[in-house]
Amino acid sequence: MKNVIHIIKKEFLQFKRDPKMFGIILVSPVLQLILLGYAATLDVKIVHTLVFDQDRSELSKDYIKRFENSGFFSIDYYATDYNQVTEQINDGDIIVAIVIPNDFEKKIQRHETAKVQLLFNGSDGNTASIVAGYISNITGKFSQNLFPDYFNVNGGRIIPSAQITPVIRIWYNPSLQTRNFMVPGIVGLLLSNITLILASLAIVKEKEVGTLEQLMVTPIKPFELMIGKMIPFIILGFAAVIIVITAMTFIFNIPVRGNIFFLLFASFLYVLSTLGFGLLVSTISHTQQQAMMISIFGIMIPMVYLSGFAFPIENMPKIIQAVSYVIPLRYFITIIRGVILKGLGFTDLWIEASVLFVMGISILLLSSLRFRKKLG
Amino acid sequence: MNSIEVNNLTKKFGSFTAVDNVSFNVKKGEIFGFLGANGAGKSTTIRMLCAILEPTSGDAIVGRYSINKQPDQVKKNIGYMSQRFSLYNDLTVEENINFFGGVYGLEESEFEERKKWVLKIANLEGKEKTLTSSLPGGIKQRLALGTAVIHKPEIVFLDEPTSGVDPISRRRFWDLIHELSSEGITVLVTTHYLEEAEYCNNIILINRGKIIAQGTSDELKKNYIKNTILQIECDKVIEALEILEKQNFVNEVSIFGNSIHIVVNDNYKNEEQIRNLLEKNHSINVFRIDSIVPTLEDVFIHVLEEDKENGSSKN
Repeated sequence: MKNVIHIIKKEFLQFKRDPKMFGIILVSPVLQLILLGYAATLDVKIVHTLVFDQDRSELSKDYIKRFENSGFFSIDYYATDYNQVTEQINDGDIIVAIVIPNDFEKKIQRHETAKVQLLFNGSDGNTASIVAGYISNITGKFSQNLFPDYFNVNGGRIIPSAQITPVIRIWYNPSLQTRNFMVPGIVGLLLSNITLILASLAIVKEKEVGTLEQLMVTPIKPFELMIGKMIPFIILGFAAVIIVITAMTFIFNIPVRGNIFFLLFASFLYVLSTLGFGLLVSTISHTQQQAMMISIFGIMIPMVYLSGFAFPIENMPKIIQAVSYVIPLRYFITIIRGVILKGLGFTDLWIEASVLFVMGISILLLSSLRFRKKLG
Repeated sequence: MNSIEVNNLTKKFGSFTAVDNVSFNVKKGEIFGFLGANGAGKSTTIRMLCAILEPTSGDAIVGRYSINKQPDQVKKNIGYMSQRFSLYNDLTVEENINFFGGVYGLEESEFEERKKWVLKIANLEGKEKTLTSSLPGGIKQRLALGTAVIHKPEIVFLDEPTSGVDPISRRRFWDLIHELSSEGITVLVTTHYLEEAEYCNNIILINRGKIIAQGTSDELKKNYIKNTILQIECDKVIEALEILEKQNFVNEVSIFGNSIHIVVNDNYKNEEQIRNLLEKNHSINVFRIDSIVPTLEDVFIHVLEEDKENGSSKN
């Protein structure tokens, strides 16, 4: 076991000599946090809107006012004819055009259904559907208020109708921000980067420069070499996780609601898989470039896309969903979000934790057998 | 006493036989030269003897231990230095020594003494904190050799230790090898430089996985080249070469600088035969003709040519 300590000591000395690597380790979590925390947002905050009000009545002005007061809509243009509407949509300056017909007020006063036309710039489908939701919400409220007004004017009574208005309460992410969904996932990405990519690079580097061969003729046993190579990256990985969690709590106000020790324990289980993959990559590649390519394109990218980190798994085709079951990051992301956002613990997430454990041990075992064989 | 005994060692990679039934012995304290072209099977043999590659069949005793049965014991008792620089460039001189000293499990007091010794032979006393990458090539090799034998192994394997090192550093490196040998350490060395082979007590030449010649440098020269070698100094060397090639008394022709080496057979009578041919028939001035002792290079070219002919006649 002394040999393991010698190797760990050596690895840390080498980290110290490689400021670039240290940069990657310290800067990348912060950079990823900023990018995913601020830039990668799916929320729609300002809806650039054009209004073509053909009615120009009190009611239509009131209706438009509701949009302005909602805080989401910025009415950038008032069109005077239809050509302007088409033009603005084509230019891409506006997301939605609201066209109010000239019989808007008249129809409402006659208790008829008034139709409002909405023209969307659908090139960003996500935004368009979110905006459509906002608009129907505002319109719904507007028409609800119309009835009491109407009855008041006519001196009638309000007839309670069986109208159901959903009152939506959002749990876990009450401000409904993409950020809250994305940022905890970074913990998973970062751990993967460090334990998979950096660890495999560190082994392949020794292969490339020839020191691995020198180590093999010393009394160091392959498993000692393996453990000695992995422990430093586990330590670095956990350091990065703690940096991210701290930044998350203080910069983005996303505290860990659940038990942080369970989170760290789950991280350890997850790291078994990524270290296993890292080891596997190091047995396949001969150069650091190869190791980099294989670990990024062969493992990291499929893992990230299929894990539910960015896109919900429920929306994927059945076959892809089936594939996602073999992705360790999927389970880890579930645990991270569960612990951080929902405050869940072992009793809720023991299945995911067990899957990670079994996967990690199997991947690590298979890879280390291959590693031993390849060293011979 | 034999330090290494190799018995019918064979290594196959799929259908390719890299090392084919090789047997030889190395005496304690001997400098043993292991020669051959690239891909001849030198490195594969050494890797098996270092117990990092399992033989397909056969065994070897390396310092009393079997490479098949006691690989861990073998590793503790050997040193190994490969052609690629095998220390950590991003560690300092001292950190490298500390690491390898630690890995070989040296005790504190012994370690301090060996560390001093390594620094001394590498000429790095007082430069312990220098980053290894900034050392000149020759010094690096000496440091690598020093760390490879920091645990005082009985045997050290050097796989092309001097490739890419300048001639003066090479010479100094060989002085160091002699020093190790005089302390009783057995040295098995592979090299491309034939003048280095002259420093070895014993030499084997390996080709296509088989031993094709072995003995001391003198034995090789006597036993493998029976025919006389002549060195001819003349002008118009190329023209002379082309003429000599066609003569029935000449077996092999090669250029050595400004002169020509020819291996002659029984049809050769005397110097006049050559002078007449070149001077009278072709007006090439012949300055000198000497009968020479073959160099190791002559021997190896000859033996390899023969092996090639045997190989092609078999196929």
